[in-house]
Amino acid sequence: MKDLLAALRKDLLLQWRGRAQVIAIFAFGAAALLLFSFAIGPDSAALREHAAGFLWLGLLLASTLALAESFEREMEEQALEGLLLLPASTRGLYYGKAIANWAHLALLGIALVPVMVVLYDAATLRLVSLLGVILLGTAGLSAPGTLYAAMTSQTRARQTLLPLLLFPLVVPVLLAAVKATSLLILGDPMGQLRPWTTLLAAFAVIHWSIGGLLFGRVVED
Amino acid sequence: MRQSPTGPKVLVALGVALLLAGSWWGLTKAPGEVYMGEVQRIMYVHVPTAWNAMLALTFAFVCALCFLLTNAWKWDSRLEAGMEMGVVLSLLLCTQGSIWAKPTWGVWWDWDPRLTTTAVMVFAFGGILALRAFVDDPARRAVWSAVACIVAFVDVPIVYFSVKWWNSLHQAQSTPQTVSSAFHWPLRINAFGILFLWTGLVGLRSRVAALRLRSELGPPLPDAKPSVTGGSRIAGSAS
Amino acid sequence: MSRMIAVAAAGICRRYGRRWALTDVSFEVPEGALVMVTGRNGSGKSTLLRVLATAIRADRGTVRILDLDVRADRDSVRRKVALLGHRTHLYEPLTALENLAVRARFLGADPARGALLPRLEQVGLADRADDLVQAFSAGMRQRLALASVLQQQARVVLLDEPYGHLDPPGFLLVDGLLQRLRRKGATVLMATHLVTRGRNLCDRGLVLEAGRLTYAGATAQMPEPAGADGAGFAEGA
Repeated sequence: MKDLLAALRKDLLLQWRGRAQVIAIFAFGAAALLLFSFAIGPDSAALREHAAGFLWLGLLLASTLALAESFEREMEEQALEGLLLLPASTRGLYYGKAIANWAHLALLGIALVPVMVVLYDAATLRLVSLLGVILLGTAGLSAPGTLYAAMTSQTRARQTLLPLLLFPLVVPVLLAAVKATSLLILGDPMGQLRPWTTLLAAFAVIHWSIGGLLFGRVVED
Repeated sequence: MRQSPTGPKVLVALGVALLLAGSWWGLTKAPGEVYMGEVQRIMYVHVPTAWNAMLALTFAFVCALCFLLTNAWKWDSRLEAGMEMGVVLSLLLCTQGSIWAKPTWGVWWDWDPRLTTTAVMVFAFGGILALRAFVDDPARRAVWSAVACIVAFVDVPIVYFSVKWWNSLHQAQSTPQTVSSAFHWPLRINAFGILFLWTGLVGLRSRVAALRLRSELGPPLPDAKPSVTGGSRIAGSAS
Repeated sequence: MSRMIAVAAAGICRRYGRRWALTDVSFEVPEGALVMVTGRNGSGKSTLLRVLATAIRADRGTVRILDLDVRADRDSVRRKVALLGHRTHLYEPLTALENLAVRARFLGADPARGALLPRLEQVGLADRADDLVQAFSAGMRQRLALASVLQQQARVVLLDEPYGHLDPPGFLLVDGLLQRLRRKGATVLMATHLVTRGRNLCDRGLVLEAGRLTYAGATAQMPEPAGADGAGFAEGA
């Protein structure tokens, strides 16, 4: 537990130091949302209908940058190995990093919402629910993303491998988060939000559990 | 260099024979289905392929677990073979699905939950095979692909259920999953045919993987040479 | 008077791909000893230290540190061992002080500025405490890495080329630190090319040649490590 807190502190401090990157990644996400609108054309009805999809696609693309970045600092001078030798528990290190990444991605998601509102005229009054969906969805991205980023940051072709490995895995998150967000934007007369958020929660629980179990094997010799 | 063992070769031969027999039966002898006509006959290959694709990936998952628990190289070779076979069978499944969908629904892809999950699996496990290509150290490669395989396999049911719910909100266009009892025999023959075929191939393929590992790792024991000359083994006895 | 054996290696073998970096390395080091590990480039010194530090695992053989098996009790061993490796284990975007504070928290030690500044003073970095490691030269990083090793207060200290990037005052710094460690009763294994200096400081030596241990004994009788070109070691003061 002390290791988890120590790791979380370390990762949040590293993120704060790298906040220029955080802003750049946000800009990337916003640019992606802009490009999606060009792909559809100036049809406001269509844009509004697909706004949820664009938001989560943009977030997913930006997340690969954020996740990869989170391990760059660990591998530069083998700082992660240095911590492992103290010894630091691999579970603490994993969960610390995954929580910090979760915070980063959630912030990214929240920041992209106004972009979505402006570009696609897609707003919702159910802000608390939207926050909940963003938190659950990014939790689902962060857990496997942290695990895979740890792997790919030590390989060649790291920029292609992370999305290649992560995207098929997080299809359920994409489906459920888009569906849930869409219901919030376009209306949910039949109250269908609950099954989708449950799916997101289940996905997150499963992957946070196995991530913690497997991280040790990934970073140790 | 030893010849590859006969066991897998026999399996492959048996598998091909069964597959030919079952397919011939299904294509010629079995009666055509009333509502869908001749194109439905693809089920005789499609359904057995589906069972076996899942079986192959389950085999890969078990190999991954065994490797992480035992750290024995043979499980890594089998994992590589099993994943490759799973990806190939899944690709075949998607192709068959498209061939069925076009004349039936007029589109190449019908977002059927099982088929869509299969497509995701192709990417997921294909990605792990790509990962293997980019990691040079054999030990790391083995551990990482085992970990990735476990995560991907655990994800499969989640993907299936999420696609199923997602698709059920739209018009249901599902691939028929059952065939009536008169047609069971060609199905079973083909199922075993494909089973023998892929297990035989996995046997051969994992041998190839093991041989490649052996060449990568060099001799299992360092070459024998006289070791310590002068002084003693204990750094401190001479004091 | 028998002292405890601090490091007991038996038949260590370690490979990288096809190449065996260590072959059948066996030796024992009593507690409190100051041991020099020497050999030409590529002879396996770093690999040996990394195996002893549990950063990597031996493919064959056993290692016992302070009578703990490194495989069975890896975490316990890690608590008692510190490694100064070729990579500095530092976070570039953080300051010198922050790097030590991060490690202090994992060690359960006091991360406060007051507790960590003395450590930086020890290595001559007190005036650069709040500068980012990114801006540090190689020698300064080495000093900071030394500080973080000392922070661990380990009983077995493994130093891989501690004199590496340092200037002459830095050399004296390392000499002083070695004396301090010795006074504290720590066991030190130091890989170095500076054979003469090592001989003066250490009383025991290990010589590696192409992954094999060719000498283990007093530094007084230690042979010059032979190489294909037969060149001796030329070193500075």
